[in-house]
Amino acid sequence: MATETALDVVMPQMGVSVSEGTITKWLKGEGEAIQADEPLLEISTDKVDTEVPSPGTGIVQQILVQEGETVDVGAKLAVISPEGAPAAAEEPAEGPEPTAEPAPEPATAEAAAEAAAPSTAETPAPVPAPAAPDVSGNGKTFVSPVVARIAAEHGIDVGSVPGTGQGGRVTKKDILAVVEAGASTTARQEAAAAPAAPPAPARPAAPAAPPSPQPQVGGEQLEPMNAMRKGIAEHMRRSLDTAAHVTSAIEVDMSKVVAIREQLKAEYQRSYGVNPTYLIFVARAATDTLLHYPWINGEIRGDQIVTRTYVNLGFAVELADGKGLIVPVVKNAEGLNLLGMARAVTDIAERARNKQLLPDEVQGGTFTITNPGGYGTFHGTPIISQPQSAILGTYAVVKRPWVVQDELGEDVIAIRPIMNLTITYDHRLVDGALAGRFLRDLREKLQTWGEDRY
Amino acid sequence: MAELTYLQAISDGLRLEMRRDKRVYVIGEDVGVYGGAFKVTLGFQEEFGPLRVIDAPLSEAAIVGSCTGAALMGMRPVAEMQFADFVSCGWDQLVTVAAKQFYRAGTPVPIVVRLPSGGGFSGGPFHSQNPESSFAHIPGLKCVCPATPEDAKGLLASAIEDPNPVLYFEHKHLYRRIKADVPEERFTVPIGKARTHREGEDISVITWGAMVYTADEAADELAKEDVSVEIVDLRSVFPWDREAVLESVRKTSKVLVLHEDTRTGGFGAEIAATIAEEAFESLDAPVKRIAAPDAPVPFSPPLEKAYIPQVETVVQGLSELAAY
Repeated sequence: MATETALDVVMPQMGVSVSEGTITKWLKGEGEAIQADEPLLEISTDKVDTEVPSPGTGIVQQILVQEGETVDVGAKLAVISPEGAPAAAEEPAEGPEPTAEPAPEPATAEAAAEAAAPSTAETPAPVPAPAAPDVSGNGKTFVSPVVARIAAEHGIDVGSVPGTGQGGRVTKKDILAVVEAGASTTARQEAAAAPAAPPAPARPAAPAAPPSPQPQVGGEQLEPMNAMRKGIAEHMRRSLDTAAHVTSAIEVDMSKVVAIREQLKAEYQRSYGVNPTYLIFVARAATDTLLHYPWINGEIRGDQIVTRTYVNLGFAVELADGKGLIVPVVKNAEGLNLLGMARAVTDIAERARNKQLLPDEVQGGTFTITNPGGYGTFHGTPIISQPQSAILGTYAVVKRPWVVQDELGEDVIAIRPIMNLTITYDHRLVDGALAGRFLRDLREKLQTWGEDRY
Repeated sequence: MAELTYLQAISDGLRLEMRRDKRVYVIGEDVGVYGGAFKVTLGFQEEFGPLRVIDAPLSEAAIVGSCTGAALMGMRPVAEMQFADFVSCGWDQLVTVAAKQFYRAGTPVPIVVRLPSGGGFSGGPFHSQNPESSFAHIPGLKCVCPATPEDAKGLLASAIEDPNPVLYFEHKHLYRRIKADVPEERFTVPIGKARTHREGEDISVITWGAMVYTADEAADELAKEDVSVEIVDLRSVFPWDREAVLESVRKTSKVLVLHEDTRTGGFGAEIAATIAEEAFESLDAPVKRIAAPDAPVPFSPPLEKAYIPQVETVVQGLSELAAY
C-alpha cells in the first residue's frame, strides 16, 4: 500500500534487554523505490542479526544513519516518502533528489552520439545511424571483451561508435563496421606519393607514441599526415615487424607474350575497350601458378597455416593525384580468363584512381601484384600486404641481348624483350626453394603458353 | 557408399571389427539370441557363435567386470548396456577398476561400453538419460557421442582400437530417424576431434549427439533472419576438441552451448568455463547454455517435450544472442 505521507524508519526493539543496534547494510539506496515489507536494511544487535522491512511503499528519500554506525532503539534511520512527493521539509539540504538517477543517462548517450559524428562525417560508406539513446539499460557503457580488444588494437574510442546491440551496446559488428569504414575513408583521402610501395592499409594506424616534436626550422614546411598516409606508414612498419621478408628475382623472356599481345590488342580495344597489358598476362599466369602453391597463396594465422582453393588477387594502384595508393582486390581470379582478368583489373584500377571503390573491394586479398615497371625500374623489394605471405613485383619489359639457341642448336645472341619478376615472400612460411620453384613455373608459363592457355 | 541408418552404421561397424579381429567379442543383456533390445547385434550370434556374442545375466557389474578381466588377458570386449541408464550398476567396475587400472598397474584396459542414451520417445526417467558428463569427469575413461551414421561407424572402430576404456554413447532417438551415406569399408574417426556440422559467422553452437539436429533446424530459422550460425559437433566429449571450439568462438564471438543432459554440472559447464578462460577477449556476449532442467526425464510426452531442449527453445536462445 503506497504511503501518503513520509514515514520514518526507526531502530526496532529487538527484545527487552536490547538497547541499541548497528546498521550492517543498507539494502536500498536513496532514491530507490521500495515496497511495503520489503527488506530495507540489515541490523546487528548483541542478540540477533536481522533485516528491517520497510513500513510502507514509496521512495527511500533519506538515509540518516550510515553502515557501521550504532544507534539507540527508536532512533530514526531513514525516511520513506510517497512516490512523486516533494522532498520532505526537514533537512532538505542533505537529502539528494530522489529521482536524480536517470538524468545523466540520456545526456551521456547524446554526447556519445554527437561524438560519433566527426568520425563518420568523412565516410561515404554507410555506417549504421546512431541508435536512439536507450536509457533502459547500461548497454551504452558496457563494453564486451572482444569490442574492447578491437578498440584497443585500432585506437578507436568505443564511446564514439554507434551501438546497435541490446540497450545501444556497441557490438563486435558495430566496431568492425567502423574499422572497415576507416579503411575506406583512408582509401579516399589524399596522401603523399609512394608509387612503388605496395598494399594500402586495411585499417587506420593505431596511435603510436609520438616522438617529441622537433620545432620547424628555416626552409622546412610542415603538413599534417593524413589518415591514408598514417595507415600506409603503420601497415608498412607492421608488415616488416611481422614477416621475415626475402626477395627472389627471375628474368623472363616475354617474346611469346609480346607476340600474343600484338595479336589481341586491337581486338580487345575495339571490341571490349580494354588493354591487354603485360600485367594482365602476368596476373593470369600467376593465378594459375598460385593454385599449385597454396602456401604462397596462404597465410599464417596464429599457429595455423591457412590455404585456399581460390585466389583473390590484389593490385597496388596509385591514386590519380599520385598521393597515395590502394590495393583493390579481384576476387576469385582463378575463374577469369585473360579477357576477364583484363576487364576486372581495368575496372578496379579505374575506380581505385577515381576513389569509387567499395570497402569490400579492398579486402580479402590472398596475394598481391605490384607493378612499378611503368617507370622503367627493373628490380624492387616490395613489402608484403599483411596477412598475406607474398607479393609479386613486375618490372619494365626491356629489349636485351639474350643468348638463345638457333635452329641448329648453336648459341647465338638475339634481341629479346626481357622482364624481371620478383617475389617477396614471408620466410616464416615460404622457403627459398618454394619461392624459386614458383618463379620458375611462372616463367615457364609466360615463355611457353599459347593464346589458348590464357 | 551405402545409405545406412545410424543404427545400421553401428551394427555394420561392429560386425566389421569382429570380422577383422578375433579378439573382439560382444556381451550384454539379450544381445545374442534376441539380437539386442534395439537389434544392433541381430544376426551376430549366427555369424560369430555364442562364444563371441554372449548373453549376459542381468548384472552390469558382471558385464563390465568380466570385460575388464578379459581385456587384461588380451581380448577386446564390447559391452552393451541395454540402456545407458543401467550403467550405474556397473559404476564401480568402470570407475574404480577399469578407469584406474592403467594408472595403478600399467596394464591397458581396451574395453568399449555401448550406451544407448537419450530421450524423446517417452522412455521416462530410467530409459532416457544422457550420463556422459558423469564419466567425462572420471580420469581414465574416454567418452564419445556420435551424431551421424558415418561418425557412429568410424568412432566405434576408433573406440575398439583405443587402449583405454571408451564409453560409446549412441543416441536412441537417432537410431532409425537419421540416415546417410556411409563408406562400406572400415575407417576410423579420431577420438577427440570435433566436426563442423555447419559453417557460420555470427553465433557458434557447441553441441553433440541428437542436439546437433535440433541446432541445425534452429539455425535454418535464424538464417531466414540473416543470422549465420556455426554448429560444432563435438563428437567426443572426453577428450574434447578445445581448439576447434575456441577457434569457432574466436570467429563468431557469441556462443551457445547446447546439450540434452541436465544443466548443472553438465559437460556444457566445462565448455563454457574453458571459453571464459581461453577466449575471454574474443567474447561479444555472455556464454549461453541451453540444457535440460535439473530434474529426472518425465514420462508424459508434453512434459518430456518441455524438458528436452526443442528447436523453438534454441531459436529463442540464438535470437537473444543475435540481439545482444
